[in-house]
Amino acid sequence: MNAESRERLPGLRLGLVSGACLVLLTLVGIVEAFSQREIVSGVLSMGEGLLFFTGLFIAYLAADRGLRRAGTGRALAAGLVCGLAAAALLALLVLLSKAVNLRQVLINASPAVFQMLVFQREELEVGLALLLAAGLLTGAAAAGLRLLPPVPRRAVTAGLVCVAGLGMLQDTVYPVLSSWGPVAGLADLVFEGLGLSPGGAVALFVLTAAGAAFWALQGAAVRGRIAGLSPGGRRGLRIGAFALLALVLAILPQALGLFLSEVLTIVGLYVLLGLGLNIVVGFAGLLDLGYVAFFAIGSYTVAILTSPELGFFSLSFWQALPFAVLFGVIAGVLLGIPVLKMRGDYLAIATLGFGEIIRILVLSDSLRPWLGGAQGIGKIPKAEIVGFEFGGPQEIYYLILAGCLLVGFISWRLRDSRLGRAWMAVREDEDVAQAMGINLVAAKLLAFATGAGFSALSGAIFATKIGSVYPHSFNVMISINILCVIIVGGIGSMPGVIVGAFALVGLPELLREFAEYRLLVYGAALVAMMLLRPEGLWPEATRRRELHEHEEQAGPTPDAPAAAAAGRP
Amino acid sequence: MAMLEIQDIHTYYGNIHALKGISVEVERGEIVTIIGANGAGKSTLLKTASGLLRPRSGSIRLEGRELTRLPPHEVVREGIVQVPEGRRIFGRLTVLENLDMGAFTCSDRRRNAENLERVFALFPRLKERSRQVAGTLSGGEQQMLAMGRALMANPKILLMDEPSMGLAPVLVDGIFETIRRLNEAGTTILLVEQNARMALQIARRGYVLQSGAILFSDAAARLAENEIVRKAYLGEH
Ligand SMILES: Nc1ncnc2c1ncn2[C@@H]1O[C@H](COP(=O)(O)OP(=O)(O)OP(=O)(O)O)[C@@H](O)[C@H]1O
Ligand SMILES: [Mg+2]
Repeated sequence: MNAESRERLPGLRLGLVSGACLVLLTLVGIVEAFSQREIVSGVLSMGEGLLFFTGLFIAYLAADRGLRRAGTGRALAAGLVCGLAAAALLALLVLLSKAVNLRQVLINASPAVFQMLVFQREELEVGLALLLAAGLLTGAAAAGLRLLPPVPRRAVTAGLVCVAGLGMLQDTVYPVLSSWGPVAGLADLVFEGLGLSPGGAVALFVLTAAGAAFWALQGAAVRGRIAGLSPGGRRGLRIGAFALLALVLAILPQALGLFLSEVLTIVGLYVLLGLGLNIVVGFAGLLDLGYVAFFAIGSYTVAILTSPELGFFSLSFWQALPFAVLFGVIAGVLLGIPVLKMRGDYLAIATLGFGEIIRILVLSDSLRPWLGGAQGIGKIPKAEIVGFEFGGPQEIYYLILAGCLLVGFISWRLRDSRLGRAWMAVREDEDVAQAMGINLVAAKLLAFATGAGFSALSGAIFATKIGSVYPHSFNVMISINILCVIIVGGIGSMPGVIVGAFALVGLPELLREFAEYRLLVYGAALVAMMLLRPEGLWPEATRRRELHEHEEQAGPTPDAPAAAAAGRP
Repeated sequence: MAMLEIQDIHTYYGNIHALKGISVEVERGEIVTIIGANGAGKSTLLKTASGLLRPRSGSIRLEGRELTRLPPHEVVREGIVQVPEGRRIFGRLTVLENLDMGAFTCSDRRRNAENLERVFALFPRLKERSRQVAGTLSGGEQQMLAMGRALMANPKILLMDEPSMGLAPVLVDGIFETIRRLNEAGTTILLVEQNARMALQIARRGYVLQSGAILFSDAAARLAENEIVRKAYLGEH
């Protein structure tokens, strides 16, 4: 079979993929869980939104393929077929649910969700017709979107994303906005019930779309103007931007309130952990799956040294912190030595084992007098600086922010240092790195030790934040989560870690309906990333180059000075 | 005293006895070649000399300094630099980054800049392509890069492992021409080759390696005349 006959109906294959996704989403219960909340009150629930946006996205891909292969007509056809095929699969599911009791095997296949799929119609035929029509419309919308010229397309996309995002996050955004005095009235206009008000949604869409269009048209000019500034002016601008950023970071917990500050601290801890693991995995290329061990060591060191419950020591947090980091570093070296000769898969398995050993040690009964056993260790005191206590999330935020800034600064300096170069060589080819004069043992141990130190630091902060430590806080899933964060963000990239932590840790915290489906979402996100953006959300230069080699080779990269000179009048 | 003295080296892979008492000497300014069939132990010898493999007994000396037990990254600092078999450039880094990596042991910036100029003078092609991702270079260009990278490390002696491997005949001529120019500019070279004919043309002396032992050694010109060498390595009858 050749490619032509395989895809006689454009968009059919992607349509079936899309339909399979939608059926899966429906059957695992995520659609129903989401339909409690609304994106636009009375118009679109979050469950419907999930189906709609998934279908829209895949139909967009189908239209995109069609357009590349054979032009406008084919793009439109592909979009329509894709949307219709997806809806047809859903319709089949509904019919199936009427014929047999799916619930016996699929406990989430509730009648309510099927009722939702047929738009709550009593007459099945009408409902199914509506469903198919909705599929066609979605496909048409996707194709239409693809066929728009770039600027309006970007504007519409931005508007949609903004409306969907704010609608979904209504229950966190609304309380915050309504506490901001003058903005409160505006918030009441935009939000309504459990979602956006219809008027608010339209207004938001228009504003965002306009903003995006403006930036698409004028962004280059603005950037050009900035590039054309005198060095002094540019420095001023940069200082201004930094000052603004610092101010925002400083007032963030007050502005966001208790709940969002708590979310921020969790994201912050993952950023800390991610920056550490990024050194090991991203810079030096050593796949470490036992990373949580150092987090545990940091936490337990602080717990043992400070908690009156065990009564051995009663240091303050600040006195215990250096020990926590030191023990983390030592543990990093101790783990590093036996695995020096291992690569790839073997290294991953060995480190995975190390992580489990630490968890089982702290869980063990025989070490209970010293490590607390399954009950863990409680009464860990809060950190304090000259009378300011890092008590609640709004205060701990500053502790974590300071940690992130410190660790971010260190890894940034390390990356561009001699050691950073050695890591890069080790990552690319260990044998040749040695032959270039790089001390392999030192480079690897330093990577393990630095990463472990950062991990222990976040563990220490974690211990004082929670006030107690339990073995079950340190299971292998933490290591996997951190790895996911850096993969999704872009391996080796520091901004990527931040983006990844917000996407994979922050969002699920905000959408608590997600909590149950967290792993599903991680899996889907990873697969989607590998297919659509394998280099990560905010990739590091080397990886972007590798994965987009052919695109980059298309044109010679102009010399920077030459381009700057040409851009100036 | 020879510049590089390898004496009675025995190297093992586990209990495979790969080098069975090998002695090789290279004088300053020479090109010395080692020829031998697949699996004779040529690469093993170079890796042992550059510290990547540790010999069970025997000694390696450079300008009289004992290097036998040094780890590879220190051997590089002493001036023995290897161009590995199969080039092994850093495929995801740019040409310039690769060259930069070669200069890892040397933190004198002016020296590095001079070396870079030298490499670019030797291989103008690399200068044109300095921002290109090295993995996308052609085979010949990759070999130039591998040589350039090694030169960045200020070698006293360059160990080259089959530089002509996998290259078209036209390119092979170019590579050997470059090796000769390098040597004329003062670099001492120990060259391992399958292409015995070319190797014996540019080398002053040669060693014939068979099953981990030196069969014999002689001036290159005489080796090329030798009956056994002609039959076994030059494909003549
Ligand atoms: N890592 C290894 N483990 C075990 N045996 C090895 C290893 N590397 C090489 N050998 C063996 O040592 C012997 C010498 O190998 P070497 O690579 O030095 O040969 P060579 O002369 O370079 O061959 P070629 O011309 O094919 O490159 C061979 O028998 C080979 O199988
Ligand atoms: Mg070889």
